[in-house]
Amino acid sequence: MSGLRVLKPGPQSLLQDGGRLGWQHLGVSPAGPLDGHAAAWANHLLGNPWGTPLLEVALGDVELQAEVDTWVAVCGAQMPLSVDDQPQSLWTRLPLHKGQSLRMGFARSGQRAYLAVAGGFIAVPVLGSVSVQLREGMGQALQAPDLLACRAASFSRSASVPWPYVADYSCTPLLRVITGADAASFEEDQLQGFFAQTWQLSPHSDRMGARLVGEALQPPVRQWSLGVGRGAIQVPPDGQPIILQADHQTMGGYPLLGWLHPLDQGRLAQCPAHHSLRFTPISIGDAQAELREFYRFFGR
Amino acid sequence: MMRFEPAGAEALLLVLADQPDAQLPPRIALLAERIRTELGEVLTDLVPGWTSLLLHYDLMRTDHLQLAERLKPMLERWLAEPYVAEAGRLHELPIWYGGEDLGEVARLCQLSIAQVIELHTAVEYRVGAIGFAPGFAYLAELDARLALPRRATPRTAVPAGSLAIAERQTAIYPQSSPGGWHLIGSCPWPLFDVTQTPPCPLALGDRVRFRSIAERDFVGEGGRL
Repeated sequence: MSGLRVLKPGPQSLLQDGGRLGWQHLGVSPAGPLDGHAAAWANHLLGNPWGTPLLEVALGDVELQAEVDTWVAVCGAQMPLSVDDQPQSLWTRLPLHKGQSLRMGFARSGQRAYLAVAGGFIAVPVLGSVSVQLREGMGQALQAPDLLACRAASFSRSASVPWPYVADYSCTPLLRVITGADAASFEEDQLQGFFAQTWQLSPHSDRMGARLVGEALQPPVRQWSLGVGRGAIQVPPDGQPIILQADHQTMGGYPLLGWLHPLDQGRLAQCPAHHSLRFTPISIGDAQAELREFYRFFGR
Repeated sequence: MMRFEPAGAEALLLVLADQPDAQLPPRIALLAERIRTELGEVLTDLVPGWTSLLLHYDLMRTDHLQLAERLKPMLERWLAEPYVAEAGRLHELPIWYGGEDLGEVARLCQLSIAQVIELHTAVEYRVGAIGFAPGFAYLAELDARLALPRRATPRTAVPAGSLAIAERQTAIYPQSSPGGWHLIGSCPWPLFDVTQTPPCPLALGDRVRFRSIAERDFVGEGGRL
């Protein structure tokens, strides 16, 4: 099998696909890309179906050498991208010839970029998915000199993501929240406090959860652990919310204030530590309509 | 008491009771199995909780309102059914009672080590939930004489196969992971193995008994010291 040879793996580069679905009842996290927007565009540019295995590169510092003629696309965090030292555009598909080396420098804005290859990377699935979940020991982070296996492919011309869909990760995001679950058990001023203040992203955030730092909320008490999903906003006793991300646990016992809009989860994942965050409510109907449109476009 | 709640844009929570009880896990397992059979094509994951069932659905095929309508008759039928005590498979797991905290547990409970083992093996436990980590099954209900709060400082790495207790529960850590429970023994059998179908031998509502074995039998069964 041919593919891309890893010369520099970067601090945390993980193969991801559409996620490990169908095993949460046994405590297995779904994993999958942290930024579904950037990942979907990277695959789409190459004509790959939804959930085709690609590489999630956190922070950058990756170098790969092609052992095959193929095409690639990098979407997401602004990492200086080059092929044989020639600068290249992100959010664009480009050819990569056998012997050429592709470099992704450190991210200037955003945290994670997605490197997709025509036809996708080929790896042995665990429980139906190639998504790497480090905490559960499912797969491993990229190492040198791994081979990211893929087949030869070609396109007749380049293509780019239309500019309105190219994300800007520098501004303070206004993230939309579907309230619910235990929201009714929070005191009214506590809910207002959540939406009124500017939060900061804690450096202790990871693929499991984004931790917020701000003026503490007073959560109600929840007694019995229940199934929890991605985007759930937990409020533990210290009053600092945790938003569950792709590698979330399957059950949790903390009170839930609501859920982050699925299409805003990727934006959250692109924020560096100490970045400012603000929240605003959205109705479940509006969120679902927008999400359906997104899924329809990407053929999910 | 019983109600539906949307859980974000792509999940529906069924709250099935106010309080957990011993009969609930096998009944939730039965309901989950039935829902999987009838509605599996629109669902991606079904996650039982202590008093609830979370249904992750495919938004391109259904939504929370439509799903709730389809679930209502199933829930009515489920509520009317009598409880079957023998429900759930019975597993007998070998345990070498030689855990790092066994002596401490005996001292805190004012029991001898032999009494701790006797009380722990006397009970038939139920799998009340599976979560925290892949294959981590919460087993209830531990004898009240062995109930202890979690350790003040959790261990950063509990060895795989460790049998542990906390409050009125007991569990085996299938993989090495951080953990705050008291370690009293080890099981030589793997409890989560991705190469097996299903990867986890224990299912929600199953019954579990523990059998005390000697250290050499633990090694003979494949356990690692």
